[in-house]
Amino acid sequence: MSTTSASAGPGTGAAGASVRRMGSLARAEALLLRRNPVALLNAFVGPLAAVLLLGALPRTGADPESGAGIVATMTAVTLLSVVYYNLVTALVARREELVLKRLRSGQLGDAEILAGAAAPGIAIAWMQVVVAVAAGFLVFGMGAPANPVLVLTGALAGTAVFVLLAAASTAMTRSVEMAQISTMPVVIVSLVLGGLPFPLDVWPEPLQVLARLLPMTRVTELVQLGLTGTTTAGNSVAGLATFGEAAPALLVLVLWIVLGFLGYRRWMRWEPRR
Amino acid sequence: MDDICHCPSVRRSPEPMRSASAHRRSWLDAEGMDDKGMDNNGIVEVRDLRRRFSGRGTRGFEAVRGVSFSVRRGELYALLGTNGAGKTSTLEVIEGLAPPTSGTVRVFGHDPFRARRAVRPRIGIMLQEGGFPADLTVTETVRMWAGTLSRPRPVDQVLDLVGLLHRARVGVKRLSGGERRRLDMAIAVLGDPEVLFLDEPSAGLDPESRQRTRQLVRDLLEGGTTVLLTTHDLQEAEQLADRLAIMHRGLIVRSGTPAEVAGSQPARVSFAWDPGGTASLPELPGGVVEASQPGTVVLRTETLQRTLRALLDWAGRHDVTLRDLVARPASLEQAFLAIAEGEVAAVPSGDSGRLAA
Repeated sequence: MSTTSASAGPGTGAAGASVRRMGSLARAEALLLRRNPVALLNAFVGPLAAVLLLGALPRTGADPESGAGIVATMTAVTLLSVVYYNLVTALVARREELVLKRLRSGQLGDAEILAGAAAPGIAIAWMQVVVAVAAGFLVFGMGAPANPVLVLTGALAGTAVFVLLAAASTAMTRSVEMAQISTMPVVIVSLVLGGLPFPLDVWPEPLQVLARLLPMTRVTELVQLGLTGTTTAGNSVAGLATFGEAAPALLVLVLWIVLGFLGYRRWMRWEPRR
Repeated sequence: MDDICHCPSVRRSPEPMRSASAHRRSWLDAEGMDDKGMDNNGIVEVRDLRRRFSGRGTRGFEAVRGVSFSVRRGELYALLGTNGAGKTSTLEVIEGLAPPTSGTVRVFGHDPFRARRAVRPRIGIMLQEGGFPADLTVTETVRMWAGTLSRPRPVDQVLDLVGLLHRARVGVKRLSGGERRRLDMAIAVLGDPEVLFLDEPSAGLDPESRQRTRQLVRDLLEGGTTVLLTTHDLQEAEQLADRLAIMHRGLIVRSGTPAEVAGSQPARVSFAWDPGGTASLPELPGGVVEASQPGTVVLRTETLQRTLRALLDWAGRHDVTLRDLVARPASLEQAFLAIAEGEVAAVPSGDSGRLAA
């Protein structure tokens, strides 16, 4: 470790220090997660159970028999439970213990605190998506992905959106217990309208329009498009054409990242209400 | 990593406080300028600081109502006051945890709230309430913090400094209140700060760890650290502070050295005598009888020597025996209590600056 940024290259010094700070916080958060049986169960068993349950439903939007459907479902479920819900409870617990206030008195920036707290959940979520991808290839005979960049972009953008939504949601969450209720709107709307249990066309037109504006719908759309080259309308595309098909989804996700960031800046509280 | 620790880690036998602080003053005089050629005055500068909390339905509550002071490099400056006097609200702004409602605060010449990145690596903060995850051990907590600092000291060394080494593997939730304060202290000194902010550092400590904390603060001062602390422990302020300010209802009502602040209150003379004789107590110059029961008298005086001489002359002339004769200058405690009881009008004094209307 260099003692001063002068001895390291310009830029890498500050960036390296920032990564080191977040890493230190992330390690502590991972330890805390390991010592919380309920959170562990939620992080590891929950997504698997949800994927099996959604796969068992008679008619699903994402074809349960396809590897891509499983990957999309796993992405959605882990983003909601392991990234979003888990982060809301962790942030609220730290806030109520005055940990966030204490952290802000140190050298960590706000964004670094948020990223450090979110990191273990993100890692677990992505690990499970990777397992789902492997299962897709090995068990369900999934072919080579049409555009892996879209899959990765969908997962990354979805992670960013749900981390920011978690930060904003802490404002409506006075206690860890309340997180079960306060996270419901995002979780339920994302699951029901996200195109997973039901294809979008089962809904009346206004709901379809709404669904297309929601981040989760667009994340699962990107993942499936990138894996199979099949659009939500059922058309097959290949190569660079997939980027064209993905443009509206990407646009919606960028919009949600901006909205989520504004919500986080506007509403997130770092100290308990007195 | 070998140049980071310039503060002594070994405890030495306690030396008389005054000599320690005199030593530091001479060090200050010798090192009139710091390494950047800046004037040593005002490593922390507070001017006309106001802080208002918005309340629901009301116009809010102004916790700090125009406070000015400066802390010099290497000194210990104490903010004293009753609960709710505005000490912590003031400190939080200086630490950069909150912006001022109005007024300016500078630490190393920077705005501590806006220039957080420039200021934070050079300061250490001990908040009034810990804020550590209950499910981490002491070592895990300190290690996590060390990972966020630019120049952390070794974890074990810091735990040894605060006397928590034997509790290193214990979970934070199993620590006593005093041990948590010491963990907070460990975090505050972990980055080897130039300026240390301590909010009620010895509150809730048993006498032994209180002594230990004070010794640690003295050692840090010896090593050149500047300390700004809040306390309502008057003995602590008297022992440690080079200068102090007493806050009351959001204002600084007295400031100066502990001796100066104590000297703002009248001295007291008390004695018992037998009033049955022919002599009766005369008017004593400067003396005001505060309490007089048959046979015991307490006098208050701004001119202790004159009053006492007149008293002794009178006793000598009339052959009166003064039993339990005590004459003593006012203590910091008296000054403090006088303010707490509202005897002192809340006006700026010393370097506390001007007040907006």
